[in-house]
Amino acid sequence: MVPVDYYIILSAILFTIGAMGVLIRRNPLIIFMSIELMLNAGNLAFVAFSNMYKSFNGQIFVFFVIAVAAAEVAVGLALIVEIFKTKKNINIDEMNSLKG
Amino acid sequence: MTSELIVFLVLSLVAIAAALGMVFSRNAVYSALFLVLNFTTVAIFYLLLGAPFIAMSQITVYAGAIMVLFLFVIMLLGVESLAPSKSLPWQKPLAFSLAVILVAESVYLLASRVQPNMMVTAPGIAVNSMDNLREMAMTMFNQFLLPFEVTSVLLLVAMVGAIVLTNREKVGRK
Repeated sequence: MVPVDYYIILSAILFTIGAMGVLIRRNPLIIFMSIELMLNAGNLAFVAFSNMYKSFNGQIFVFFVIAVAAAEVAVGLALIVEIFKTKKNINIDEMNSLKG
Repeated sequence: MTSELIVFLVLSLVAIAAALGMVFSRNAVYSALFLVLNFTTVAIFYLLLGAPFIAMSQITVYAGAIMVLFLFVIMLLGVESLAPSKSLPWQKPLAFSLAVILVAESVYLLASRVQPNMMVTAPGIAVNSMDNLREMAMTMFNQFLLPFEVTSVLLLVAMVGAIVLTNREKVGRK
C-alpha cells in the first residue's frame, strides 16, 4: 500500500522540475514541454486526491486539463512556427517585440 | 515493503530521471522522447491509482498526439539544438535555489492537506470491470455536461486559430 503523500510529493517534484525548465532553457519548444510536464504533475495530484476522497470529480478535471493542454499545444506550436518563419530563429531572448 | 510500494518507488525514480533528462538534454528530440517516457510512467501511476480511463487518455492524447506534434515541429524547423547565446551568469543558480524553495513549499502545503495515514486503495475489481468507466461517464454527462460542451468549443477555437496562424498569407491581409 502506498500512502497518498508519496504521490503528492512526487507531483510536487515533477512540477518543480518543469518550473525549473521554464526558467533555465532558451528553446521555446523545451519551455513548452516543461509546461506540459507541469500540467501533468497537476493531473497526478488531481488523480491522487480523487483516489483519496473516493470521488470522480478529480478524474473529470484531469480529462478537461488534457483537452485544454491539447488546444494550447496546437495554438502554441502554430505561433512558434510563425515566429520561425518571420525571424528564422526561435531563441527566446530575441522574441522581444510584438511586431515582426 | 509491499510489491505496490516497490513498483511506485522504481517508477517514480524513472519519472524524475526522465523529467530531469527532458530539462537538461541538449537535443530537443531527446527532450521530447524523455517526455514521452515520463508521460508513460505517469500513465502507469494513474493505473495504480485506479483511473484506467485517464491512463489510456494520457497515452493516446499526450504520448500519442501532443508529442508527435512536438516532434513534427522540431524536425520541421530543424531546431534540434540552438546556438549557445550569451546567458546571464546568475540565471542557473537563481533558478536552482528558487526550485528548491518551490519544492519545499509545495511539498509542505500539499502534504499538510493529506489526512494522515491515508493509503491509496488498491485498484481491485473496479479497474477490471466496466464499472469505473460507467460511473465516470455518469458523473461527466450529468454533473459536468456544460463544461464538456464548452470543451468542444475550445477545441474548435484552437483548431481555427492554428489554421489561421499558419496560413496567414493566403487569408488576405499581408
